[in-house]
Amino acid sequence: MDALIAPVRDFLGPAWLPIWTLVKIVALVVPLILGVAYLTLVERKVIGYMQVRIGPNRVGPFGLLQPFADVFKLIFKEIVVPTGANRYLFFIAPILAIGPAVAAWAVVPLTDTLVIADVNAGLLYLLAMTSMGVYGIILAGWASNSKYAFLGALRSAAQIVSYELAMGFALVAVLMCASSLNLREIVLGQEGGAAYWYVWPLLPMFVVYIVSGIAETNRHPFDLAEGESEIVAGFHVEYSGVSFAVFFLAEYMNMILIATLASVLFLGGWLSPFPILNDVLIGGFAPFGDGLLWLGAKVAFVLFIFLWVRATFPRYRYDQVMRLGWKVFIPLTLVWIVFIGTMMQTRFAPLFH
Amino acid sequence: MDRLDYVSMMCNEHAYCLAIERLAGVEVPIRAQYIRVMFDEITRILNHLLWLGCHALDVGGMTVFLYAFREREDLFDMYEAVSGARMHAAYYRPGGVYRDLPDRMPQYRAQHTRNARTLAQMNENRQGSLLDFIEDFARRFPGYVDDYETLLTDNRIWKQRTVGIGVVSPERAMALGFTGAMLRGSGVPWDLRKKQPYEVYDRMDFDIPVGVNGDCYDRYLVRMEEMRQSNRIIRQCIDWLRANPGPVITASHKVAPPSREAMKTNMEELIHHFKLFTEGIHVPPGEAYAAIEHPKGEFGVYAISDGANKPYRIKLRAPDFAHLAALDEMSRGHMIADVVAIIGTQDIVFGSIDR
Repeated sequence: MDALIAPVRDFLGPAWLPIWTLVKIVALVVPLILGVAYLTLVERKVIGYMQVRIGPNRVGPFGLLQPFADVFKLIFKEIVVPTGANRYLFFIAPILAIGPAVAAWAVVPLTDTLVIADVNAGLLYLLAMTSMGVYGIILAGWASNSKYAFLGALRSAAQIVSYELAMGFALVAVLMCASSLNLREIVLGQEGGAAYWYVWPLLPMFVVYIVSGIAETNRHPFDLAEGESEIVAGFHVEYSGVSFAVFFLAEYMNMILIATLASVLFLGGWLSPFPILNDVLIGGFAPFGDGLLWLGAKVAFVLFIFLWVRATFPRYRYDQVMRLGWKVFIPLTLVWIVFIGTMMQTRFAPLFH
Repeated sequence: MDRLDYVSMMCNEHAYCLAIERLAGVEVPIRAQYIRVMFDEITRILNHLLWLGCHALDVGGMTVFLYAFREREDLFDMYEAVSGARMHAAYYRPGGVYRDLPDRMPQYRAQHTRNARTLAQMNENRQGSLLDFIEDFARRFPGYVDDYETLLTDNRIWKQRTVGIGVVSPERAMALGFTGAMLRGSGVPWDLRKKQPYEVYDRMDFDIPVGVNGDCYDRYLVRMEEMRQSNRIIRQCIDWLRANPGPVITASHKVAPPSREAMKTNMEELIHHFKLFTEGIHVPPGEAYAAIEHPKGEFGVYAISDGANKPYRIKLRAPDFAHLAALDEMSRGHMIADVVAIIGTQDIVFGSIDR
């Protein structure tokens, strides 16, 4: 690989770094968008089977081309801008929603070496980026000049801000265990098999993180921002065609991001749960080592939980969501952080590292 | 009549037929009465399943809706087997029911999307008569209700959304003209099937569930239990109907048409047939009110006849009209999301409100 790259690098000189970074970004974003496309299909299939239906099966074998059909439909739809909408903000809102959702991926390590930016303050960067997404939603709701959209945006903003806190505290617990903000080092801190994963000492934090993640991405049962029986479709009622697709993409990309982060922070990222079996079973076959496979499996598992929850539960009421966030999760996380901090001063400290 | 409350079709027909029968003084054969009771209860399950699905969907639970529709499919097949129509059956006629229960259940036919095994599976419980099919359903149904209850009854979110929402005191419920599950949910044990038994309900063994707090959750529990009780009544009807064959519509050809065979061989029957299908039934002058325990509450038909072949006046008393009128009072002090739950619990169908 290096032998191939070296002459190009010498030829391009100072232009090399931006170009190489762009290549890496494309190499990450394209599979990611494909992943989003197929996540929608998987979602419809999984929920379909849970609801004794078949799900999409018309386009291509087993409905495998369905995502493309959806994308083409959305691309060819007219984008209607409501009268009285703020045109500029109306179009900038979806971009603001998807931008941070993609940008956050820069620091997520897919394997030990496969990461765009190995930043030391990775976790901080992630928190910053994920909280930016809410601007897109607020602006979408405001710029649409529609009551439903506005209500949806307000609900969504309050919800995301509240759950950001619980989520942040859950991450603080992880960073206490790992003594690092660098995501790669956090994963390496969990080396040694499934027993060393942070999910065990931080089990309540893991649950809080997953639930807050569902709430952050406005997924069922916290999808008050788009609760169709109450406020039609929430902040994106007025969006159609590609502008809607971009919101959709952002939501699903956030979902995958939350699931990946859950795997990286709590489930040992690319590390195998059984390092001894690892080389024997799949070591020789995977193109980037076996890390990607393990990470993929863990992400798929967390995503499946998201879908499962969506198929099972009724929707929370707005004040109940707030109560859960402020009165249950935040105290719980705070207590657990203090608990961990105390335990780290005792002889049980190794259990938490 | 079917199109009024288009999710409990046969019950609408029932009240209308009862009113005409009372005016005209027609005797309904006992077998027809049993068939009517059985299909009233099938209709009640049909209605409650739609209510359950839509209520859960409004509150956000998607899956129950699809589960409920799976069972509704079987119930529609019963409608279809007996009347030829899946929804707007027109099966109850003044003087009885249109036809006796069929001996053969209609079956799925082969299609290029179904292989032989799927086909055999789909037709498995359709091999016998309609009664066999209904019996098979009645055997399976309590398990299905358990499924729905697993998803909802003890679910924390479901309880948070329904307990203490839309509370109606028994006094207010009566003052607002509530009937059916809305009234029973508030703790008033009022059910026309028990209080003013019509048809053969006095021979049936069933219980009337009542709520305690009068909130959405109690009404949910009441309706779930009603489905189980309906299932019980259906089973009793099946046993009786198996043992007792007989006519299903009155022999009086002033209200019921003669058989096709008799019509084609007998002059008098031919005249009856002609008169009945050109002119209709002549109902003696007078007025009558007939009410039944519709799945949603008391559905009443008040008919005035001046002796002509058309009613002089018909007034329909739809239960959900009174329930919708109480929406304002029930949702006072609640949130928008609760209004959705309250509309769900009222079990409203606009076909019968804006009739």
